[in-house]
Amino acid sequence: MFVPCDRGGGSASSDFKGFTLLMPAVSVGNVGQLAVDLVISTLNMTKVGYFYTDCLVPMVGNNPYATAEENSTELSINAEVYSLPSKKLVVLQIRSPFIKNKYRPFCQTLLSWVKSSKCARVVVLSSSHAYQRDDEQLLGTPLRYLLTPDLEKAVGGLMQELNWKEMEKVAAYPGINDSEKVLHIPGGGITKLLFTESCSKGIQMAVLLKFCSEGDNIPDAFALVNYLNEWLQLIKSESNSSTDTSSQWKIPSSWRLLFGSGLPPALF
Amino acid sequence: MATFFGEVVVAPSRAGVDDEEWAEEAREETPEDREIRRELEKKREIDVLWTLKSGASLESSADQPLVCSKFIVAIGHNAAAFLSSFILDSVCWEVVGVVKLWNEWCRTSNTTNVLPTDSFCLFYRLISDPTVLLCQCSCYVAEDQQFQWLEKVFGCMQKEGLQVTILSTCPVADYKTQESTLTLPAPFLKALKTKEFKEQICCPLLEQPNIVRDLPAAVLSYCQVWQIPAVLYQCYTDGIKLDTVTIEAFKPLLSCEILNSLVKDVSESTKILKKLLTTNEIHNNIYI
Repeated sequence: MFVPCDRGGGSASSDFKGFTLLMPAVSVGNVGQLAVDLVISTLNMTKVGYFYTDCLVPMVGNNPYATAEENSTELSINAEVYSLPSKKLVVLQIRSPFIKNKYRPFCQTLLSWVKSSKCARVVVLSSSHAYQRDDEQLLGTPLRYLLTPDLEKAVGGLMQELNWKEMEKVAAYPGINDSEKVLHIPGGGITKLLFTESCSKGIQMAVLLKFCSEGDNIPDAFALVNYLNEWLQLIKSESNSSTDTSSQWKIPSSWRLLFGSGLPPALF
Repeated sequence: MATFFGEVVVAPSRAGVDDEEWAEEAREETPEDREIRRELEKKREIDVLWTLKSGASLESSADQPLVCSKFIVAIGHNAAAFLSSFILDSVCWEVVGVVKLWNEWCRTSNTTNVLPTDSFCLFYRLISDPTVLLCQCSCYVAEDQQFQWLEKVFGCMQKEGLQVTILSTCPVADYKTQESTLTLPAPFLKALKTKEFKEQICCPLLEQPNIVRDLPAAVLSYCQVWQIPAVLYQCYTDGIKLDTVTIEAFKPLLSCEILNSLVKDVSESTKILKKLLTTNEIHNNIYI
């Protein structure tokens, strides 16, 4: 459930009517979560609440977006909500994996919150196993999108203009019957479930995903966030020619030591 | 992914997503599956039993929550032993509750007469001030049980005027730092506090990118969300079992406001620590 930070006064900070909800799926390489970190950090978004749930593994730490001594001591938990009213953007960041058998209840709670908060649309950032691509998918862009029918009506045309590639469906019974096609997002966590549920509930949802493998996924996060930016235009590109805004995304201070502590000098 | 020997295996994902698990869960649940799942869930349910020494049960239902001003929780053997050595005794404190749970790692003992190496979760109340509650939780509370623990324990308490202190330990190898963890002066203390906590803390705050997990994280998250002033003191140690060096690393806490009024006689503590050490040795020794 959504619990606002600010209990007193008006619920202005938690009024998301007409907003775009951006969220990650916990997926291969944690790419969606890294990309969301970049958005929150660059746009300097304000934390407006917590998503209190028994479905995610608990964790706490100090402010992952700290820029100075003063703002480094605010506690963060495993699922938090940030907002930027000027861009009508609300972001849910998820920082830990699901507890066994809890991913379905989480999807239900999340989608019912989307409906009750009257968000206009949801954008899910995700990823899928690169090694599961077929021959055609190995060539060209590793970025894909999906739109629910309700959002297709609104922005389908824009995706054509941007020359984006829709996520291909795969044969349900490969080798046996190639006519029946299904959506398959290996390594995507709850992406497929969120998408199919949104289709049936009439929620406007877009999924933006990248094919990747586990490793140093920072470049994947940059690629995904630039892809998102082509559509939502969250930051303006400084140079006139390219749409590449890589250098303008601010890496959060919590991305230090992603691969562990320093090495003992005695090793060498 | 191909391994060194050329076999192709599915690479484990950091994201915690296991495709086989998803496929398994996506299959339709038969009535048999449902029954098995329900039985397993029942087995993993946590029971919090509040009792007074006399055997009568405490008035702690939803209508009459326990009034609590200080709640001190020690999670893990070393933190629990610290409270046993420096705070708890049979004169000033009485047992008022016990948690019964089972998971693959441990089962809590039924008795209140526990050894420091046992798995248990007990609640004590200060006789002179019944609003001071203390919990020693040396059993491992599994992921799927942590939320239950929170709701069943905090569900019985009045949240206004409550202040929570959590003590726990974790391996120093988990601590992320620019230098190597080998050069760190383990054991050492780090703290995390909720927004509402305004008191002095007796050690440095835990720096990014370090995080805390498991039950200590669950308790602190709960306090942050529900605006309860709370502080967590995490001891990073290279000891794996119960040891006096780790226990004594918590000593700076005795000077902080929350605990300094509850500290007992120092000579008593030294005796108890020595006893702890010998009990531990006997249990770890395979020779008679």
